[in-house]
Amino acid sequence: MAEKDLLYNYSLHLADNSMILGQRCGEWCGHGPVLEQDIALTNIALDLIGEARSLYQLAAELKGGNANEDTVAFLRDVMAYKNVLLVEQPNYDWAYTIVRQFFYDVFHFYLHSELINSTEPRLSNIAAKSLKEVTYHLKWSSEWMIRLGDGTDISREKMQDAVNGLWEYTGELFMPSAIEQQAFEAGFAPDLNILKPLWQEKVEDILAESTLFIPENNYQQKGGKTGVHSEHMGYILADMQYLQRAYPGANW
Amino acid sequence: MEINLEEAFQKRIDDEIKIEPRDWMPEKYRKTLLRQISQHAHSEIVGMLPEGNWITRAPNLRRKVALLAKVQDEAGHGLYLYSAAETLGMSRDEMLNELHTGKAKYSSIFNYPTLTWADMGAIGWLVDGAAIMNQVPLCRASYGPYARAMVRVCKEESFHQRQGYEIMLTLCQGTPEQKAMAQDALNRWWWPSMMMFGPNDDNSPNSAQSTKWKIKRFSNDELRQKFVDVSVPQAEILGITIPDPDLKWNEARGHYDFGVINWDEFNQVVAGNGPCNKQRLKARVDAWEKGAWVREAAVAYAEKREKRNSNKENSNAA
Repeated sequence: MAEKDLLYNYSLHLADNSMILGQRCGEWCGHGPVLEQDIALTNIALDLIGEARSLYQLAAELKGGNANEDTVAFLRDVMAYKNVLLVEQPNYDWAYTIVRQFFYDVFHFYLHSELINSTEPRLSNIAAKSLKEVTYHLKWSSEWMIRLGDGTDISREKMQDAVNGLWEYTGELFMPSAIEQQAFEAGFAPDLNILKPLWQEKVEDILAESTLFIPENNYQQKGGKTGVHSEHMGYILADMQYLQRAYPGANW
Repeated sequence: MEINLEEAFQKRIDDEIKIEPRDWMPEKYRKTLLRQISQHAHSEIVGMLPEGNWITRAPNLRRKVALLAKVQDEAGHGLYLYSAAETLGMSRDEMLNELHTGKAKYSSIFNYPTLTWADMGAIGWLVDGAAIMNQVPLCRASYGPYARAMVRVCKEESFHQRQGYEIMLTLCQGTPEQKAMAQDALNRWWWPSMMMFGPNDDNSPNSAQSTKWKIKRFSNDELRQKFVDVSVPQAEILGITIPDPDLKWNEARGHYDFGVINWDEFNQVVAGNGPCNKQRLKARVDAWEKGAWVREAAVAYAEKREKRNSNKENSNAA
């Protein structure tokens, strides 16, 4: 794959994760358990979509022609989306939302901690800006893991249920797609093998403090990175892309 | 003694000195303000729902981010306003309980549905526009915490209003379908926006006292007229038609004349029979009830931590 195509595809890996998680977080807006946390989660949605925009702009520039951030985000169908299965999982409840966020934040934090050293300056710049935000996201979700894990019996049960439900989607974060592998070999993407033990250690620490356990069943799902998504994904895109699809070429 | 206190209170108001939470105030002043500020706070929170409805479907990334930020601002306004209302002696949880049980009201405008993307434009342009007309004078309201909260609210509202108008402008300069969408939104939002100023002056029993207390500075009809006068040229620039056949410039008055408001509809929506009253309230109650375990756990954790810390201190001291 030519370097330009590789960078385009790798940017989509990064962008689609943040875009889809941002979309999920945005669904909470107006429905949070308490006003302050409604605001906090909307902030995270704004950061994630902001990061996705920078990456889609880069992707559009690489694609050339009439491409822009919106054509890249709104005119690709499910199989062309490269986000991991974890981020497309539904909100279900606040426990699922926090656990999903936490698993992703730990990954996102270590990923960007490495990506700031990318040989590709456009990626390292985006990572540097995003890392500040992600550091806050991780602090926020870690605190909620602990607060709810070590809160009441009910909250612990709900959190453990969410950990059990989402654990099978964490492995995919570290299974490199062909594009991620080539991007690593080309020098502009981090080695996912290095990130994995860092992620594992941080997750184990916070889970211990939260009085929560890693489930025994360690079978891991995969597919999102190569476009084989869960059934949820079609609905996410149906909402997200509705106006662009219904009124092709219109300006908004 | 009571009379003197009340006279001194009125004199402070007449002298434009702000009333602060620890100052003496007539019970009715406190109650009036508490009702008004908490209603305003509830309106911000319920008002997040009709626009929140379009966050996942915003037509492009720029609009999505702007809409998220806008709805988030409304949550922030709710926070400032609940805080201001709390200074009058009621907790946020108590106020929310009044909202959830239907005892407290919120602005009826939020009981109308958002059907198309153009509604995001019309709400910003008209609903936020009407809100600004109502709210700018409140920045000078006699109660200090309310006035200060409103200064922050108004700054952000005027930004929202421009953003909404810009959505309308983009639609009106777009395809015929988009322009039709904008016209349809104007058709649906115009009259409910006109109703946001409340009943006609001769039918607004509490206005005189609120004016005397400088909570209210302009009458409902004065503000409504101002809204019409500002909105008509804006609609002309957009090239869409305000749905009022009686609307015309009155040279002698120096204002636009406009048609009669359907007060029956207004009263029905206030009474709970608007198209979305039940859904809006249900959404708020659901969020509150589904969040109960989260709030309880947060309290339980904070207590545990405090206990652990004090145990640690005790054992250190020993």
